[in-house]
Amino acid sequence: MRYGLQFRDVFAAWESFLDGIWTTLTLSAAAMVGGLAIGVACAAGRVYGPPFLRGLIGGYVELIRNTPLLVQLFLVFFGLPSLGVRLDGLTAAIITLVINLGAYTTEIVRAGLEAVPKAQIEAGHSLGLSGLQVFRYVVIFPALQTMFPALASQFVLLMLATSVASQISVEDLFHAASIVQSRTFRDFEVYIVIGALYLALAFLFRGVFAAVHHLVFVRR
Amino acid sequence: MIRSFGLIDVMYLLAAARWTVALTATAFTGAALIGLLIAVGRILPFAPLRWLMAVYTHVIQGTPLLVWLFLIFFGLPVLGISVNPWLAAAAAFSIYGSAFLGEIWRGALESVPRTQWEAGASLGLSLGEQLRYVIVPQSIRIAVPPTIGFLVQLIKNTSLAATIGFVELTREGQLTAASTFQPFAVYLTVAGLYFLMCFPLTQWSRSLERKLDAAR
Repeated sequence: MRYGLQFRDVFAAWESFLDGIWTTLTLSAAAMVGGLAIGVACAAGRVYGPPFLRGLIGGYVELIRNTPLLVQLFLVFFGLPSLGVRLDGLTAAIITLVINLGAYTTEIVRAGLEAVPKAQIEAGHSLGLSGLQVFRYVVIFPALQTMFPALASQFVLLMLATSVASQISVEDLFHAASIVQSRTFRDFEVYIVIGALYLALAFLFRGVFAAVHHLVFVRR
Repeated sequence: MIRSFGLIDVMYLLAAARWTVALTATAFTGAALIGLLIAVGRILPFAPLRWLMAVYTHVIQGTPLLVWLFLIFFGLPVLGISVNPWLAAAAAFSIYGSAFLGEIWRGALESVPRTQWEAGASLGLSLGEQLRYVIVPQSIRIAVPPTIGFLVQLIKNTSLAATIGFVELTREGQLTAASTFQPFAVYLTVAGLYFLMCFPLTQWSRSLERKLDAAR
């Protein structure tokens, strides 16, 4: 069978793609902010906290990192309603992504915290800084600087992973593909375009992270 | 009548988990074969080949796995090539995995000092022999822990095969959840089974890494 690739109908649906991109960016941004906050808090707890807290955080990290995101998403979206917690797709996706990314970020930030030389912390204490001040002014900044490349690539992977949210009917970029596909029946072209759009988003994210790295860490 | 989630369903889930293992094994084999070519292609002194491999890696690492899965499963039939879910999943995961394994192994190969290549060359070894007898044996030790780490990623990612109707652990979970109306218990069990598969590998990878650190 001969088949001519034909993108016109697919491109005509650009508004669907645009809506999808917006949702994908929303999901990614929410997950990154929430995930980073959880990651920094849990990493601090894991490194400086009491043994009980360390064990608890360790358990959270291992449980999340050793189960698939899709199953976590199903558990929150389909499972929680049977316990009386009913969430719409977007909320469920954001909560799951934050919890998921939080675990990965915890591990990354923890490695950064552990890489800060002990002498730095002691120097901070000997200047009379409190524990929190040492963390705030001495430890966290170099720790994030060390781990920035790892964090950035984890965030890009997360942005790509948000496509899974389409499976609980969140109308993200990947969901836009199935809408356009059902309207045009141009499956092959649609997924080529969607792939290219995700690739462009990944490049955009890398560019933004490089700029952030430059502004926050290099120019100081 | 709706039956409730019981032992028999757990047995079904376990049976489906075998397909998760089979898919992971197939995909890992495919990914390793292509990944090896990419890793070697990226360290050989032929610039066009290096660029080609670099573009391949960036494109695949910059697109979601779901896109590859759907492109192959829904896209290829439109072009007149029919694929079943098993073949589509195996192909998509092989392509996806090859980019990541290629990167991991390239890093391992590059971690061997330049002087080792030169030492091999000065002994009169050809490029292939340098790679085979000098570089690869030294880089394997470094490559093993992250490779096992990636294997864990692959096991988790095979859950996406459920979206094209391939009945592995997650898909069986969906079917069981639909027939028992107890999604929380079902998905918790599914997550537990994934954990049982992944956690030992994670620990193994970590202990190998620690041994490597101690050896340095």
